[in-house]
Amino acid sequence: MEVNTSEKPLISKKIDGFFLGIHSALRFVLRFFREVFTPPYEFKEIIRQCYQVGYKSLFLITLTGFITGLVFTKQSRPSLAEFGAQSWLPSLVAIAIIRALAPLVTALICAGKVGSNMGAELGSMRVTEQIDAMEVSAINPFKFLVVSRVVASTLMLPMLMCYTGFVGMMGAFLNVHMNEMTSFTTFFNKAFNEISFLDIMSSLTKSIIYGFTIGIVGCYQGFYAKNGTEGVGKAANTAVVLSMFLIFVEEILLVQLTNALR
Amino acid sequence: MIDLSHNIGEHDKIIEIRDLHKSFGDLKVLSGVNLDVYNKENFVVLGRSGSGKSVLIKIISGLLQPDKGTVKVFGYEVPQLKKEDLMQLRLQIGFSFQNSALYDSMTVKENLEFPLIHNMRNMTRREMRQEVESVLDDVGLLHTLNQMPSELSGGQRKRIGIARTLIMHPKLMLYDEPTSGLDPITSIEINSLINHVRQKFSTTSIIITHDMTCAKTTGDRVAMLYQGEFIKQGTFAEVFGAEDQRLKQFYEYNFID
Repeated sequence: MEVNTSEKPLISKKIDGFFLGIHSALRFVLRFFREVFTPPYEFKEIIRQCYQVGYKSLFLITLTGFITGLVFTKQSRPSLAEFGAQSWLPSLVAIAIIRALAPLVTALICAGKVGSNMGAELGSMRVTEQIDAMEVSAINPFKFLVVSRVVASTLMLPMLMCYTGFVGMMGAFLNVHMNEMTSFTTFFNKAFNEISFLDIMSSLTKSIIYGFTIGIVGCYQGFYAKNGTEGVGKAANTAVVLSMFLIFVEEILLVQLTNALR
Repeated sequence: MIDLSHNIGEHDKIIEIRDLHKSFGDLKVLSGVNLDVYNKENFVVLGRSGSGKSVLIKIISGLLQPDKGTVKVFGYEVPQLKKEDLMQLRLQIGFSFQNSALYDSMTVKENLEFPLIHNMRNMTRREMRQEVESVLDDVGLLHTLNQMPSELSGGQRKRIGIARTLIMHPKLMLYDEPTSGLDPITSIEINSLINHVRQKFSTTSIIITHDMTCAKTTGDRVAMLYQGEFIKQGTFAEVFGAEDQRLKQFYEYNFID
């Protein structure tokens, strides 16, 4: 649904536009939930999108995850060393990576890479009438383009998060091993002593929510792009900025919720 | 439920539009359009850029909703149709877009197979391939089967766009500026293709254009859209033989161009 702000505004054009935008976005989300469970299912396209989201982000995720683990360990060491508590380093790093850094780093990287890609791709399809062409060919473009992408990002983010956690821990281990000569087994034993089932479940839940956010924001921006090539750029840009902002807001809320359950 | 299995007579109306209005904000695009298009007829809508020609066929295909008026296609009121019924009706409508609207990420073959995969779920791969090759042969571009849209010329893209609509064997074809941006020779080829499609597939067509040669070669009847209304309908000779300054001006400027 396009937001029409051309009629006489109720409050002011800007405020009306803001609320109409929220209304339109909520309708988009509801439409997603209505269509995701209605056959026919686009399995082939979902798998293709999973490949796009997952495999194509892997290199960047590996690099950032590894560096995050390595740098975090390096930066934390002096503070712990003041109290002679270097032995706590594996636990500290594991808590930080698994509870917060892995979901957040994965989500931010994917918001930049996947979200912008979705915004730009669908935006360009909209302005070049490819989405209209699907519609007049009796094909449901929402199901084919939006549902498949949102499902793919929702499914792939938890997997990518697990992988980021793993490479982050490997980066941390490398630093600890080089400084304290700690063995692989000792490092991981110490690291996972402090990690509970709730920590892992909350991180997985966060990743699912972040994946959904990235997919739905990217697709919404692209699906309703207008004003030619300028609109495509705007859709890609807004997809990244808005999904990153929402990810941080969700992070605050989910941390509060997990702490209440702890 | 849509049922288009009955035979359509020679003089049956395929499209019937009454008092059609459409505005975008304060901008009135269509104000009181009336139109009848008969079976197997090529109907050309002429008009200046921004006169609402494309909006008219987007309303006919259900891509846009009118503000007021009735739009009947094959006897069904398009704006009132449920989503599923509209999808059924669209299987009978082919829409050739101004910029072809080919799917960039797919090859020519995949572009043509796409509507078949989604609408003819019982079709085998072999049948699909035969169908694709047959329509590509019709538009004279069989050799482009594995090419990407970015590797095609403007004229080839238009032809593939038409082939993609023909693959579903529509009864109604809507052409949006089929010759815009093409050189005169390619334009003549596209005009011949439009006539060939009508002959081979027995389609009814609406051709939106501001190209007089296209109107003259393809149209059985022509209408001029001016400030949201049709100012004259009839054969090419009737329309441009009329004593109307607006028509004369459009005719003269077109040929000076």
